[in-house]
Amino acid sequence: MDVQKRRFNRAKLTPYILLLPWFIGIGLFRLYPILISFWYSLHDVSLLGGEGLQTEWVGLENFYALLFRRMPAYPYALAPTAEHFWDSVRATLFYVVLGTPAVLVSAFFIAFILNFKLKGVNLFRTAYYIPSILGGNVAVAIIWRNLFASHGPVNAVLSIFGVEPFSWLTSPTFAPFTLIFLSAWQFGSVMLIFLAALQNVSPTLYEAASIDGARKWRQLFSITLPIITPVLLFNTVNVLIRHFQEFNAGFLITDRGPMRATEFLNIMIYDFAFRRLQFGMASAITLLLLAAIGVLTMILFFSSKYWVHYSD
Amino acid sequence: MTKQAKIIGTVVRYAILILVGVILIYPLVWMVGSTFKENIDIMTGGLRILPPEGRWRFDAFESAWQLSTTRNMIFYYMNTMRFLIPRVVGTVLSCTLVAFAIGRFSFPGKKIFFTIVLITLLMPDLAFRIPVFILYSNLGLVNTFASLYLHDFLGVNSFFVFMIIQFMRTIPRELDEASVIDGCGPLRTLFFILVPVLRPIIITVGLLTFMWGMNDFQGPLIFLRSPENNVLAQGLRSVMEAYEEVPHFGRNFAAAFMGLVPTIGIFFLCSRYFVDGEIRSGGKE
Repeated sequence: MDVQKRRFNRAKLTPYILLLPWFIGIGLFRLYPILISFWYSLHDVSLLGGEGLQTEWVGLENFYALLFRRMPAYPYALAPTAEHFWDSVRATLFYVVLGTPAVLVSAFFIAFILNFKLKGVNLFRTAYYIPSILGGNVAVAIIWRNLFASHGPVNAVLSIFGVEPFSWLTSPTFAPFTLIFLSAWQFGSVMLIFLAALQNVSPTLYEAASIDGARKWRQLFSITLPIITPVLLFNTVNVLIRHFQEFNAGFLITDRGPMRATEFLNIMIYDFAFRRLQFGMASAITLLLLAAIGVLTMILFFSSKYWVHYSD
Repeated sequence: MTKQAKIIGTVVRYAILILVGVILIYPLVWMVGSTFKENIDIMTGGLRILPPEGRWRFDAFESAWQLSTTRNMIFYYMNTMRFLIPRVVGTVLSCTLVAFAIGRFSFPGKKIFFTIVLITLLMPDLAFRIPVFILYSNLGLVNTFASLYLHDFLGVNSFFVFMIIQFMRTIPRELDEASVIDGCGPLRTLFFILVPVLRPIIITVGLLTFMWGMNDFQGPLIFLRSPENNVLAQGLRSVMEAYEEVPHFGRNFAAAFMGLVPTIGIFFLCSRYFVDGEIRSGGKE
């Protein structure tokens, strides 16, 4: 009886024992960082070699400085101007607002075409997918810089239409677009998810619609789009979050951009933390960015009951 | 629809697919072709992929291989593997274990743990970066390869945990229950009964981890600060940023090519698992 009881207890404990490393991981690398970020954001935090972590309570000063004040000067670079934080907000929003729909629309459009039963679909699917596996690889940055150079291939194409060659990467107006093109170039993974959803739409629905006399376009808006709205929601949230935290493109290709045009918030966080060594300020920006991402995600999820169609 | 309209429709669709395909693949082909060009032919060649007749240059790969006077590509590939192999192993092992515990046992707290997986799934990495840097810095781990993989042994990548749990749901429970009745402990059940069935998803997790690791630049930038620990991403960046009296653009393209070879090579070897993984991440199994 004793033995049986012990075995029973051990069986009950098994999942917790298996999860032991995970408890440590989630606590130390997920929960603790979020909580301590709040604490850091209310402090002046510096990390100097030998002295360890130095903190000094400053209250909401970091947030106040970000939102309303000139930045304290950065000793090794040009002093940032009063608009610094809002410049980054604007650069990020520009990238998010144009990049997200660019990816979603091209991904859906191509998935839609691939969904017609054409020969050679697999070959095209592979070709479209390859750019998206290269992600933020530095090699891609090398290619992109050269593609958009004054005498590069992009200007060569434009010159066919009579556009004079110009320097994309040094123009505050056009530099952000090179990064948006890069993001759109990598629509492949999103496209695959759309394609899988489209292939799951039952053909009987279309047959029924055809019998009722619905034209192709009508079918797209009345059958296809409503049915794939759950996947559209998933892709939108994913692509949106990815654009909000873009780092590599703005850092590597345009090096924060002419006139800070591509200094995304994630780059600003990096600069505050690892160049200025002001971890408190960096935490404050991080929290503001996370709050923005969180609020938008919530809006998408809560609004989903009005536009997302669940079949059951 | 008339037959004629149908043919026109098909032709238009193919035209769009081919045009988009050419635009998407052109940058990569142009990169490869440009490794053989003189600087002037890269700058004035327009859209041309290959160098003009008689102006081929073949030393780009050799000089890209020897990235600097003291370090060659082998050095950067090796350093990349020094954090990437442990990361792949750690991620695969720990995520499978966590998915097994949450997906296959019923116990108080299970729901809460699964909710934690779902919440952390959506959290961007940047939320944790600064505190983790300070933590690792206090532990003296900054500038070691461990700082890029230690946490991966603890199953913190909720995206993969979720993916494996979803896959596990398609495997009948009778399979592992039978093995328990036969006297297998939980770990033996996991590794000898479940892992063989989970193979496709485990390979997908490993491949995605590898690929994202190859593309990771910010991690090494923050954690691997001294030159002797630099990885491929940093080596490529130093080539890209280098100021030289006599630059050789073809060399940069050759370096970029070598930076992309592992990713693209692995993709062609295992494209099935990639495609499966992407679709599965849509959660629409």
